[in-house]
Amino acid sequence: MDWFTFLFAVEVAIGGLLSGVMYALVAIGFVLIYKTSGVLNFAQGAMVLFAALTFVSLTEMGLPFAGALVLTLLAMTLLGITVERAVLRPLANRSPMTLFMATLGLSYILEGLAQLLWGTQVHRLDLGISNDPFEVAGIFISTFDLVAAAIAGAMVAVLTAFFRFTRTGLAFRAVADDQFAALAVGLRLDRIWIAVWTAAGVVALVAGLLWGARLGVQFSLSLVVLKALPVLVLGGFDSVLGAIVAGLLIGATEKLAEVYLGPFVGGGIEGWFAYAVALVVLLVRPSGLFGQKLVERF
Amino acid sequence: MSFFKRIAPALLAATILTGGFTTAQADEQHFPLQSYRVGPYAAGGTGFFGGFIDYLNLINTRDGGVNGVKLTWSEGETEYEVEKGVEVYQRLKSNPGIAAWNPLSVGIAYAMIDGITADKVPLITINHGRTDTTDGRVFPYVFPLLLNPYSETSGIVNYIASKEGGPDALKGKKIVVLYHGSPYGKETIPIYDLLAQKYGFELTQIEVPHPGNEQGAQWLQIRRERPDYVVLRGWGVMNPVALTTAQRNGFPVDHIIGNVWSNSEEDVTPAGDAAIGYTAITTQASGKEYPVLQEIIKTVYDAGQGNLSDPQRIGSVYHNLGIVNGILNVEAVRIAQEKFGHRTLTGDEVRWGFEHLQLSPERVKELGAENLFHSINVTWQNHEGEGYVTFQQWDGKKWNVVSDWIAPDWSLLRPIIEKSSEAYAAEKGITIRTQADVDEVVGQ
Repeated sequence: MDWFTFLFAVEVAIGGLLSGVMYALVAIGFVLIYKTSGVLNFAQGAMVLFAALTFVSLTEMGLPFAGALVLTLLAMTLLGITVERAVLRPLANRSPMTLFMATLGLSYILEGLAQLLWGTQVHRLDLGISNDPFEVAGIFISTFDLVAAAIAGAMVAVLTAFFRFTRTGLAFRAVADDQFAALAVGLRLDRIWIAVWTAAGVVALVAGLLWGARLGVQFSLSLVVLKALPVLVLGGFDSVLGAIVAGLLIGATEKLAEVYLGPFVGGGIEGWFAYAVALVVLLVRPSGLFGQKLVERF
Repeated sequence: MSFFKRIAPALLAATILTGGFTTAQADEQHFPLQSYRVGPYAAGGTGFFGGFIDYLNLINTRDGGVNGVKLTWSEGETEYEVEKGVEVYQRLKSNPGIAAWNPLSVGIAYAMIDGITADKVPLITINHGRTDTTDGRVFPYVFPLLLNPYSETSGIVNYIASKEGGPDALKGKKIVVLYHGSPYGKETIPIYDLLAQKYGFELTQIEVPHPGNEQGAQWLQIRRERPDYVVLRGWGVMNPVALTTAQRNGFPVDHIIGNVWSNSEEDVTPAGDAAIGYTAITTQASGKEYPVLQEIIKTVYDAGQGNLSDPQRIGSVYHNLGIVNGILNVEAVRIAQEKFGHRTLTGDEVRWGFEHLQLSPERVKELGAENLFHSINVTWQNHEGEGYVTFQQWDGKKWNVVSDWIAPDWSLLRPIIEKSSEAYAAEKGITIRTQADVDEVVGQ
């Protein structure tokens, strides 16, 4: 292997790692809700679209960045309250499959609502982060991707601290461990669900802003969940740290596979290769690399 | 924008779903539209179908229809999904006086070929569709008007050659084709291979998996290849992502040439500065300075009848494509009326009109579309009609035309098209038409 070939392989791996962080950003939203309610929230992608579309439409109406951000956060809070009242509360104690199907329906409603309110046009979202690369030892590194990675890292740190050191975070964990026990000691399940859906909404907003700056704010934003699903399978559905580590692994693996295996099979393999990796891990570790092992007694 | 303006598309969709809108009665010619106004490709759908309807409206309002025959239409929402498109076809095909179908979707068009052939109603796939449907000997009712994928490929290669100083200068150049991972994206793989052999350029074709929202690996491969040009054969979100990823990899945007589905405002606006200098092929210029656009603004929009909810989109790429599509449909009806009478025509009579759709540059000028598009010359054998192409460059705010009208290498392409269509005919047991079949028309 000559020096150029080696550098290129390193560059592919670094590019993949940075892409993986972007996948993890979306996956974290799934984890938050799964961790506290055991529901795989299929609507997370639609929430990403809804948040980004609301934000960019508000800025286009002349609101400053901070004003649009605050209003969008309020909108996501309102969404959290609505979901709790209209979907979760009536379906309390139903099977996980019922709740999953409810989030599937919610996904379509949110996509339709977002387009109904803000239209179907494609929007440009400029966060002021440079898209130009810089060079380190012959390797191009994207400034935008580095900033996105820093934001994702900060978010993981905040969420970890939140779960570990705040009363609400501890309540989240208690509900995640045992809903009935949490209720028995006086925890308000409704408030916790509102809080966790709002937190997932905030994560969706951050992911929506970063992905929206990359893709443009458009319907396709809701499809970024396709990148997050193998990350969840690999990292475990209930681990924030798992989402980050799995995001990095999936990102690097799929890029290396596309570049080095793709040419032998006609290319275009990264879309399914990530799922293949996740499936292999499922066979070995059904709860993912960092997921809690579930023990059920019958 | 008011709430009611925002919910107009949804109200429209609801009206459509409940079977609203007029259908053709006596002396009316009907256009069923499998439109997509919501979903991932709504921006293109609203522009194209908006332009088409605006032109039909202009003909009705200004001229009282085509020789007194009013033009009507009904819409069915497909969200660009094949199964919904087929469902809309089944639902609307019993409407009386259908002139032609215009789904603007490769998948829906493929699914309809057998049905519309049995119905004897034309299927228009302007600028897209199966390349071999150009051969009217095998596909009597399918019309990939103006530009089929092979002609598009030839036009792009000819443009690159013109930038390099002629076809001979292509020898030894490196070209990468970045294509969407779909039947649409893969359609041109063999023709790029053929042109690479003919002109002697090095070719690498790289697939981007659908939907194309992550292209890091592909652009790293491109950086390793160090090509002279990248041809972008994209669709939807793949296009702006390609441009921003190219920028992140230091590839010069003015050496990226987009195909006909990578040439709209929606493809470049999200990419911001990364798209400035990007060039793409088109069959119709954008802008609203053309007389037909001015008439639409004056007659349709100033009367509050415009189809686009945002008038800023008048003259955009998709809107103008819809208008050109309207011109071609209406002129086919007009030509057919001269033979069969000024009345509601059958689908087969309109097919005859399309097979005689010859609009010279002079006739295009009379229609108020000079420089909007060049000309068309459809025959019973050639359903594409030898459309000319031009190239436009994005300056950050609008597209600017940067080339003359360029003719693809039709004589090179025709034998390949015939080989494919004849194979299709053999597989399906289709008898190849002759000149004598053209005038056998199912009338009223």
